Amino acid sequence: MSNTLKVGSYTFKSRLLVGTGKYKNLDETGRAIVASGADVVTMAVRRTNLGQHPSEPNLLDVISPSKYTLLPNTAGCHTADDAVRTCRLARELLDGHRLVKLEVISKSRTLYPDVVETLSAAQTLVKEGFEVMVYTSDDPLIAIELEKIGCVAVMPLGAPIGSGLGLQNPYNIQEILDQLSVPVIVDAGVGTASDATVAMELGCDGVLMNTAIAEAQDPIKMAEAMRLAITSGRLAFEAGRMPRKRYADASSPEAGLIK
Amino acid sequence: MKLTVNGKVESVDALTLRDYLAHTELVDKRIAVEFNGEIVPKSIFSETLLQDGDVVEIVHAIGGG
Repeated sequence: MSNTLKVGSYTFKSRLLVGTGKYKNLDETGRAIVASGADVVTMAVRRTNLGQHPSEPNLLDVISPSKYTLLPNTAGCHTADDAVRTCRLARELLDGHRLVKLEVISKSRTLYPDVVETLSAAQTLVKEGFEVMVYTSDDPLIAIELEKIGCVAVMPLGAPIGSGLGLQNPYNIQEILDQLSVPVIVDAGVGTASDATVAMELGCDGVLMNTAIAEAQDPIKMAEAMRLAITSGRLAFEAGRMPRKRYADASSPEAGLIK
Repeated sequence: MKLTVNGKVESVDALTLRDYLAHTELVDKRIAVEFNGEIVPKSIFSETLLQDGDVVEIVHAIGGG
């Protein structure tokens, strides 16, 4: 594809962004990411286990920050303060890297974004110079607010995190696409390749996923399926689909039929 | 001297943050450190003096979505 994904000061070749959670081991993580063709790879920031296996391989040894754009997330944070602290630690961990994925999650079983805390954290992080890619609900009004605050990408959910249900409200995603000028990336809810394609056909600038690849029976094969699905969906969007009609419209001409 | 490191109180015999991290074999690892709520750049680990009651968070990157 000729076009690229521009997010803040970054330019990416792939419109597929992938997570690194839930894999069997770091080897499988690394192979799935190669197969996905993704440039942007998310990671989490967690307390180091003290005194245990200091020589254990580190995620950053497999996913080299020189090869991939690491996107540290704030997963698990339930308040704006914790999310901001996590981003500051991530920036230090990645030698001053400013791109972060902000997510402030409710404590409910839906893991729905807490948009009140998210808006507050986004304001602080933008002021501190972070380039904020923000996970949010599919509410168009909140998406507009997040863009106004200065987030570099708005990432509405397609369905709850890890649910694999596919895009539940394509009309809201479409409305967000119509209203925003920053990239809109569907984050969460994709279950299989067609879900990713649907998001791209709507005109989304990208899709971020983790569980759909990591929990497939064959994660490496699914990673490749997702790479192709994203490419296909984007091409179909650029090509512009035919209008939907209620009745048939013959493909072969009527003229010249034998009598 | 007692420090709270990653939520656990530890008895520590170290003068600086660098001494403590060297003792735990973490000093050269890909980690980031928050010291009493503030980020401490690696470059000043050795100048960061420890005091009784200090609160330290040490983090690293793991898989996540």
